[in-house]
Amino acid sequence: MTVILGQTFTGISIGAVLLLIALGLSLTFGQMNVINMAHGEFIMAGAYTTYVLQKSISSAGISLLVALPVAFLVSGALGALLEWLLIRRLYLRPLDTLLVTWGVSLMLQQLARDIFGAPNVQTRAPDLLTGNITLIGGDDPLSVANSRLFILGLAIAAVVALSLTLRLTPLGRRIRAVVQNRDLAEVSGISTSRVDRTAFFIGSGLAGVAGVALTLVGPIGPTMGTNVIIDAFLVIVVGGIGQLKGSVIVAFVLGALQSVLEYSTTVSVAKVLVLVAIVAFLQWRPQGLYTLRTRSLV
Amino acid sequence: MNVLKGRSARAWAGFAGGAFALFAVAPFALSDFRLGLLAKYLCMAMVAVGICLAWGRGGLLTLGQGVFFGLGGYAMAMHLKITDAGPGNLPDFMQLYGTADELPWWWRPFENPVFAIAATVLLPMTVAALLGLFIFRRRVKGAYFAILSQALASAFAIWLVGQQATTGGTNGLTDIQGFFGYDLDDPVNQRMVYFVIAASLLALIALARQLIHSRYGELLVAVRDSEERVRFLGYDPANVKLVAYVVAAGMAGLAGALFVPAVGIISPALIGIVPSIEFVIGAAVGGRASLVGAVLGALAVAWAKTALSEEFPAGWTYFQGLLFIVALAFLPGGLASLTKLFRRRRAVAQKSPVIPVGEAA
Amino acid sequence: MSSGSPILRRRFLAGGAALAAVVVLSACGAKTDAAGTSSDKAAKIDISGDTVKVGLLNSLSGTMAISEVTVRNSLLLAIDEINASGGVLGKKIKPISEDGASDWPTFAEKAAKLIKEDEVAATFGCWTSASRKAVKPVFEKNRSLLFYPVQYEGLEQSPYIFYTGATTNQQIVPALDYLKSQGKKSLYLVGSDYVFPRTANKEITAYAKANGMTILGEDYAPLGSTEFSTIANKVKASKADAVFNTLNGDSNVAFFKEYKSAGLSAKTMPVVSVSIAEEEVKSIGSQYLAGQLTAWNYYQTTPGAANEKFVAAYKAKYGEDKPTSDPMEAAYTSVYLWAAMVEKAKSFDPEKVKAASDGITFDAPEGKVTVDGATQHISKTARIGKIGTDGLITEVWNSGKPVEPDPFLKGYSWAADLS
Repeated sequence: MTVILGQTFTGISIGAVLLLIALGLSLTFGQMNVINMAHGEFIMAGAYTTYVLQKSISSAGISLLVALPVAFLVSGALGALLEWLLIRRLYLRPLDTLLVTWGVSLMLQQLARDIFGAPNVQTRAPDLLTGNITLIGGDDPLSVANSRLFILGLAIAAVVALSLTLRLTPLGRRIRAVVQNRDLAEVSGISTSRVDRTAFFIGSGLAGVAGVALTLVGPIGPTMGTNVIIDAFLVIVVGGIGQLKGSVIVAFVLGALQSVLEYSTTVSVAKVLVLVAIVAFLQWRPQGLYTLRTRSLV
Repeated sequence: MNVLKGRSARAWAGFAGGAFALFAVAPFALSDFRLGLLAKYLCMAMVAVGICLAWGRGGLLTLGQGVFFGLGGYAMAMHLKITDAGPGNLPDFMQLYGTADELPWWWRPFENPVFAIAATVLLPMTVAALLGLFIFRRRVKGAYFAILSQALASAFAIWLVGQQATTGGTNGLTDIQGFFGYDLDDPVNQRMVYFVIAASLLALIALARQLIHSRYGELLVAVRDSEERVRFLGYDPANVKLVAYVVAAGMAGLAGALFVPAVGIISPALIGIVPSIEFVIGAAVGGRASLVGAVLGALAVAWAKTALSEEFPAGWTYFQGLLFIVALAFLPGGLASLTKLFRRRRAVAQKSPVIPVGEAA
Repeated sequence: MSSGSPILRRRFLAGGAALAAVVVLSACGAKTDAAGTSSDKAAKIDISGDTVKVGLLNSLSGTMAISEVTVRNSLLLAIDEINASGGVLGKKIKPISEDGASDWPTFAEKAAKLIKEDEVAATFGCWTSASRKAVKPVFEKNRSLLFYPVQYEGLEQSPYIFYTGATTNQQIVPALDYLKSQGKKSLYLVGSDYVFPRTANKEITAYAKANGMTILGEDYAPLGSTEFSTIANKVKASKADAVFNTLNGDSNVAFFKEYKSAGLSAKTMPVVSVSIAEEEVKSIGSQYLAGQLTAWNYYQTTPGAANEKFVAAYKAKYGEDKPTSDPMEAAYTSVYLWAAMVEKAKSFDPEKVKAASDGITFDAPEGKVTVDGATQHISKTARIGKIGTDGLITEVWNSGKPVEPDPFLKGYSWAADLS
């Protein structure tokens, strides 16, 4: 019984990490249809931000909390810069965007290697986050990792913040307007290019936040972004492009699926099965779980 | 008519020039080692021919070519490993890591050379057909198709890695000694492999050109530029796309098969997401819609990778990244569009129509 | 377009004819039988001038760069030192670096480039078994030497590779002996999904069977995988006495963070790792690793004048905060061993170097090592270490004297079925 509960929570926590990584993409890829392969490197930038901050702030807990907004700004700025320099030239060419940002990602990885050295670097987690909470004691205990709870909380907070921003603020209205009908938004007096850049700033900034969270559970090194990026794209594709709730559901479903399959088979087999399941699902619902209803024929 | 004739004459001249360079110049100008590398680049160019057709002409975001390249490569390498081991023996890695005393059932058919050679092309084509049938029927396209292809490439690579006893795992199939009785150790035979590859590339270029300039080629471009209109005209765009996708897969399979004797190794490292992106980048840098551009682009990118990493082993990825960025962000038609630009300037008065290089979003 | 079709057909026929000609032309290869005399030419070595070139083949980009860059650093250190004391046979060593890019076919390409274009006297490098397997035929065909500095899974003995890292009986077997002596009866095996862990785990399973230990589980994660919560759960549920860890690279970081989060520690369930050296400890953090065990042949803390000199020289060259580790030490040693072989052979010719190799000794930072000419491995002292809170590893046990290499485990009856 505790095994099932334990795996359930594991599934949720894998889902939370996935969600946090994918959340930024739900803006840049989901809303703006830009396949940004350098998104993984923005995650890396967030993680290295934590590393740099820890050098000047000795308390692990405070530096982590400071790192969250700073990483948001650092990665967001990188994203806005990338949008301004390159991506705005490529809005109607998705595969070109993918290839160009792939080039950017190669360069950013090498840059990280030259600045911080090729080996992984270390950040300290606050003691509070390295332990666990025991839910069921006794001979067959069930415990939940504090770091995972923190990430879950962070993911939920980020989702709420993002959806409130999109729904309630003038900026959110403008973003949605541009997504639904760019031309109409433009003639209605919205500066679409500015909206694009802002959306990209927020999306990339969220990648930075994810990077801070990842320092709690994974390695911090030049290639850390490439390890997770495809999974994140899949979350958005399966969830339905432009659909935040789809991404949330799919992240947790994939997390659960992964953890159950991993437990009963092996990690490799689980990964392959999850990918095959995704491909099969997209045969059935090619536009993802939720679709944006439009009058377009396709 | 005149335009067509002029174009055909130019194409012939180019084709002959290319053949001359490959068969008469390169073998004498290059050392054995460099010729071997050229053979490898030519395999990349073969994949690019298919990508030119499927992506450049058909607008399909083919980001899973690594899968087809790998299927072809593994089909060939499995046969060569079986013959290397000799009758009755298991391939070396199976003796080392395997548990079974005999060949797994799915290796058995590859003992037959005819089956293996056929499989290098037909296996990728079959997989592509099955996949394409579903995907294009369901009208999955654009970014979805790109991400889906990447997921498949990644799944295939992970699966291969997990089956160490029967696929060699991460190592892949290495140390391939012979090629249908020819000892690959011998530089003369390596040269022969190069000639086979060069001839195959030229054949694929001819085939692709044939397709591009046929009625089907027109239809393919029409589907790329306006799928709905083609549908309303009574054609089924799914079938049109499927043909391009399957042909491209076959070309990638053949390239993979010939890569094996040229390089002596096939491994999951050639199948996953990274190589799949690299295949596409070559075609994109050269000019996806132009056959010559795609082929030369693939050669140039592969060559640049070798040259840059030899020159700057510690920082060459900066240059590689920069090359991709500059070529793709600022030259959407690739290097091929440069010549078009010149030509257009010369013939402004003629008002030649500009072929748009769009893609189905 | 319809008016174009006659032209199309004619073009097609002409194209077909041209093609046929090309194929016929291309079939003029020479067929020699596999055992023929075609590979009689050994690689040329460029010894003109007052330098001799050697190749350094490491991944400087891609996922493996995290480990391999430090190996290259220490190879360069050894070359500098040898050059400062006069070089080899009066010639200065000139290193040619190539980037294997964490991609096995690239390793093969670069190996061929070093041998054929640069005409190097020897090549140093490679890390993963996959990269070694990819370059092995290249070195064998061209009869050129590779010095491979990383512990590996054994069961290999290429005539053109010198293995200066540990083979299994110098690292894994002593680690198992140590666990047995500590009264550990049950093990859980965790590894990355590639050759070394899978082969090592086969050997561990055979050992366990013969020594009354039980293997409670065996899990593999794809290289680069960073999601270990399920594996940590499985390990925890197994209640094993100890964990044998053959994970590589990035995965170790995620695994140990998860291990601690699951409430497991060195006290409740110690982990013996064979791929975690000082460099990895630094990137994971002693917060997660303190008290865990490692099995190597060298630690930064290994006593001896040779090591003090090595550590000081490394820090002087690359920075005070840079640790030294076993693979780095083995790489450093490999250059000195090659130089000693060349001096003894009085020639750079690989065949003569090989012939001179038997019995060459070197006072390495890890202690005295001796080359075994028959297997081309070296004898090494096995050392079990414990990771401290300061990020350094201190020895808790050693084999007393250098262990003779036995790559095929011929001296162990339980290993009879392995190769």
